[in-house]
Amino acid sequence: MSGQAGALVWALAGVPAATGGVLALAGRRADRVAPGTAVAAALGTLALAVAAAREAAAVSAPFLEGLPLGLSAAGMSGPLAVTVAGATVTVLLFAAAGREGGARARFHGLMLLFAAAMLVTVTATTLTTLLLGWEVMGAASWALIGHRWREPARTEAAQVAFVTTRAADLGLYVAAGAALAGGVGSLRLDRLPEAAGPWLHVVTAGVVTAALGKSAQLPFAFWLSRAMQGPSAVSALLHSATMVAAGAYLLLRLSPLTAASGWGGAAVAWAGAVTALALGLVALAQRDLKQLLAASTCAQTGFMVLAAGVAATTGGTLQLMAHAAAKSLAFLVSGWWLARLGTKSLTRLRGAARRHRAVGAAFTVAALGLAGVPPLSLWAAKDLVLAGALAHDPWLYAVGLAAAVVSACYSVKALWYVWQPVEREAAGSAVRRAASPRRVPVAVSLAVPAAAVPGLAVLALPGPRAALGRAVGGGSGPAPGAGELLLSAGLAVVAGCAAWVLGGRRTVLPPAVVAAARDWLRLERAARVCVVRPVRRLAAALAAFDDRVLDRCVHALAAGAVRCAAFTDRRVEAAVDAAVEEVGAAGRRLGRLARRPQSGLLHQYLAQAVAAFTVLALVLVLVR
Amino acid sequence: MLTALVFLPAVAAGILLCLPRTTPPLLVRAVWVAVSSVEVALVLAVWAGHGSGGGMTHETRAVWIPSAGIGYHVGVDGLSLPLLALTAVLFWACAVHALRMTRRVRLLAALFLFLETTCLGLFAALDLILFFVFFDLSLVAMYFVIAGWGHRPGAPRAAVKFFLYTFTGSLALLLGFIGLYLAAEPHTFDMVALARGEVTAGRPLYGALVLLAVGAGLAIKTPTVPFHTWLPPAHTEAPAVGSAILAGVLLKMGTYGFLRIAMPLLPDRWREFALVFVVVGVVSVLYGALVALAQRDFKRMIAYTSVNHMGYVLLALGAAAGSAGTADGAARLAVSGAVFQMVSHGLLTGALFLLAGVLYERGRTYDMTAYSGLAARAPVFAALTGVAVFGSLGLPGLSGFVAEFQVLAGSLGPRPLATVLAVLGLLLTAALLLGALRRVFLGPLRLPVAPGTGRPFPDVRRHEIAAVVPLLVLAVALGLFPRVVLDAIEPFSRTLLGLVGR
Repeated sequence: MSGQAGALVWALAGVPAATGGVLALAGRRADRVAPGTAVAAALGTLALAVAAAREAAAVSAPFLEGLPLGLSAAGMSGPLAVTVAGATVTVLLFAAAGREGGARARFHGLMLLFAAAMLVTVTATTLTTLLLGWEVMGAASWALIGHRWREPARTEAAQVAFVTTRAADLGLYVAAGAALAGGVGSLRLDRLPEAAGPWLHVVTAGVVTAALGKSAQLPFAFWLSRAMQGPSAVSALLHSATMVAAGAYLLLRLSPLTAASGWGGAAVAWAGAVTALALGLVALAQRDLKQLLAASTCAQTGFMVLAAGVAATTGGTLQLMAHAAAKSLAFLVSGWWLARLGTKSLTRLRGAARRHRAVGAAFTVAALGLAGVPPLSLWAAKDLVLAGALAHDPWLYAVGLAAAVVSACYSVKALWYVWQPVEREAAGSAVRRAASPRRVPVAVSLAVPAAAVPGLAVLALPGPRAALGRAVGGGSGPAPGAGELLLSAGLAVVAGCAAWVLGGRRTVLPPAVVAAARDWLRLERAARVCVVRPVRRLAAALAAFDDRVLDRCVHALAAGAVRCAAFTDRRVEAAVDAAVEEVGAAGRRLGRLARRPQSGLLHQYLAQAVAAFTVLALVLVLVR
Repeated sequence: MLTALVFLPAVAAGILLCLPRTTPPLLVRAVWVAVSSVEVALVLAVWAGHGSGGGMTHETRAVWIPSAGIGYHVGVDGLSLPLLALTAVLFWACAVHALRMTRRVRLLAALFLFLETTCLGLFAALDLILFFVFFDLSLVAMYFVIAGWGHRPGAPRAAVKFFLYTFTGSLALLLGFIGLYLAAEPHTFDMVALARGEVTAGRPLYGALVLLAVGAGLAIKTPTVPFHTWLPPAHTEAPAVGSAILAGVLLKMGTYGFLRIAMPLLPDRWREFALVFVVVGVVSVLYGALVALAQRDFKRMIAYTSVNHMGYVLLALGAAAGSAGTADGAARLAVSGAVFQMVSHGLLTGALFLLAGVLYERGRTYDMTAYSGLAARAPVFAALTGVAVFGSLGLPGLSGFVAEFQVLAGSLGPRPLATVLAVLGLLLTAALLLGALRRVFLGPLRLPVAPGTGRPFPDVRRHEIAAVVPLLVLAVALGLFPRVVLDAIEPFSRTLLGLVGR
């Protein structure tokens, strides 16, 4: 690989990261120039991504012992890097056009960092590199979701999102350790399936957990509902080409690993299929446009995960790219409405599309794309995925098809609301007199993805599909038959029509089910009750133990030493002193006794001498 | 040159003490900062002279008490160098941070310079008694720092607790050293000589008792659960600069001792009891994180996260022993990660404690519930704390990730269950540190009700920025370009594992 091509990949990650870092650190001073700089950097990144993808450039640098950093735009990474860079450009263009005040330098800088982290993730060739991008992306999402940091609800949402995704991320740490233990010394992604023995299963479990968490699949889906607290531009990026897409990408990229484990493929496929269906129903139950779109992200990502499980890599990649276009478009429009009409509630958005028909048309393209209506790209992509599922397991296909029907229902439901006739008196009052955004950048940022939604369908045609399949290394995979194509198209159209006719009316499902679905299956509450609360209780109990037992023990030891000293002072010391006194007293007594004979009378001395000599004589006689 | 590096601060301290009481504080501070800067330069020079080999360099020997087998013997290798550099940098940051301090500056400067000598000396010492002397002198100096400059009525009590507890540890250590001395033939306290072969070979019980004494002494200093209860009060009562040194440098003496003394000098016993250290490490990781989660006091919380972070080091050392000698890359990774963790924790926790000092100086309390939305008044302060917090919770791009990733990836193979439990610590620290960040800096503005209400909350001042920013910049630099330090550490890891796996 030539040095020049290598420099391309470094720059691909480095340009947005460095620009973003500088902008984020510069603070308010850079607020004026930030939007322009950010868009320029994003455009540059897009150019770099295209060039790097064409060159299939790769680089590597030493990082840890035996664990180098590696980036490569070859294979699947190339198209994905272009997708990420492209989505970043449109979203940043849109954000630059909006005149929302407040910390624009920080905002745009963090968006660039967010995109840079995703670029590192999709171009990483080793698990270490991937984890680097993966975790930075999570941190950037924390900062972006909590961008309006004065409002506690938003920072709490950021915390929920970060902690939930990081809980899943731990899987990657475990996977890295297990891969090392299993003999994959370099932690290269393409070598992971070679991990030995039981370690292979640990690696698979770790990777799958991390990916399901990042992609907001069941049971982690709830964090995405909270992530809606971020600005609309953040949602547009987070739901389309970063964060959520990262998990799906990882599973698509590592589908050889999940296949090698034996159980991983089926587990992943079912997780994706069930999420697609269940979160589709959640989307159907929402009354808030952004929440509906969020749940639909989980559901649509479910198809990508399903694709990874059945090794339909081409279909999954196409689904990822097509969904990125449709979803960023949908979020940008909903953000535009939120800024102009001050609401994201579906009932209050009645007729929103009629007010600004161009914007409404853009939303319609996005919604019809999500609905899977032919000949838009998501229809084609979904059928590729479903064809792969059918080749594995008919039940998987059935669940996937049901999920596709549900996706048509919720998309058309949203469309039905925004195309309702406007009630006259409400029309004027609802419009917020917000500063009107610059028209041209907004038009561009909406037109590009709106063109991409149908345009990407070209990639599903046999020729381009084979090319894409070669590029992503997934082969062309099983192609859907004409019958399948017609079936899914017909189902989507019929379900869409039914949803339009039913409109805003109540569904037939029991209210309890609808309430649970509206509350995202009560997943967050379950997590709080089952995990957060016990951990907090345990923490409080351990803190009390630390203060009241462990620390007291130390103090008791010290106090014991002091008491011992006091005892010594009072008892032992007194006893020793008494003994010394006693010896002294005895000495005095002996002295008194010894003084007795010293009377000063000569005759007594003489008598003493006689007695002494007598004793001596006796001793001499007796000893001899 | 090494000897000059070690003793220059002490000489400067002596000169400062000889100066008359009326010396202008400006001069004192200038001397303090200047000497600290020279130390940083000297460390860099020593590092440059070390080369890329795995052995000892800059060795100096001198006769001291030959009759007892005690000598003055210092030298540096891949373990000492990063810690010497960390010490010099942290003391420099403290000197800068204290630029506005007015309370008995001359004495504080002299104490800190003396403390710097003891820390540098300890990390360079290659004689057990020399190590012990520096170890104890550092306790004395830190005792006076906490007792004399602590900001609350509880300070003297905390200082006494700190001193007595860790002094008890040092006595256990001394007992162990004497045990090693008696077992060696000929009797000696020289570490290099003692490392030539396991001196307690053939006497497993004796060796186990020596390891128990050394291990207990070092565990108190590190500190690990359950010997950690001296740490929170010492941190909460100590002045900001004192806490930064205590956490950044003094805690490392414990883990350094494990790497320098316990592992290479008692390799067989270490392998035999590795599981004990693994368990102590994991318990410290989880227990430290959980107790930190329940804290309301900012400094206490950081103190408990130190217990958590040092737990990773112990886990790595215990796990590495399990697979040492099999020429396994994972074990090397774990040991390198442990050394890196010491450096990374020093930088990040040092920065966090200096920032905690900023918080206390303005709000007069560490109680996190008293604050809210400080980012509105002090955006730079919030940003710096944010960076330090993310570094501390192991975000890639900062040094903490490099350390923890190596530790966990390297330990999982030999000790899967323990490591999976320890991984949970990453999540707990993320939750608790971000929770604290959110509580104090984000949300609507609320300041503690202090005497003299309406107290403004000014942003960080220039000298505070000058002290903290270099630490964070270093943390980022090491996170992005860890090779700079790993190139020195990795040969050491290889040598150490060679000794342990012998």
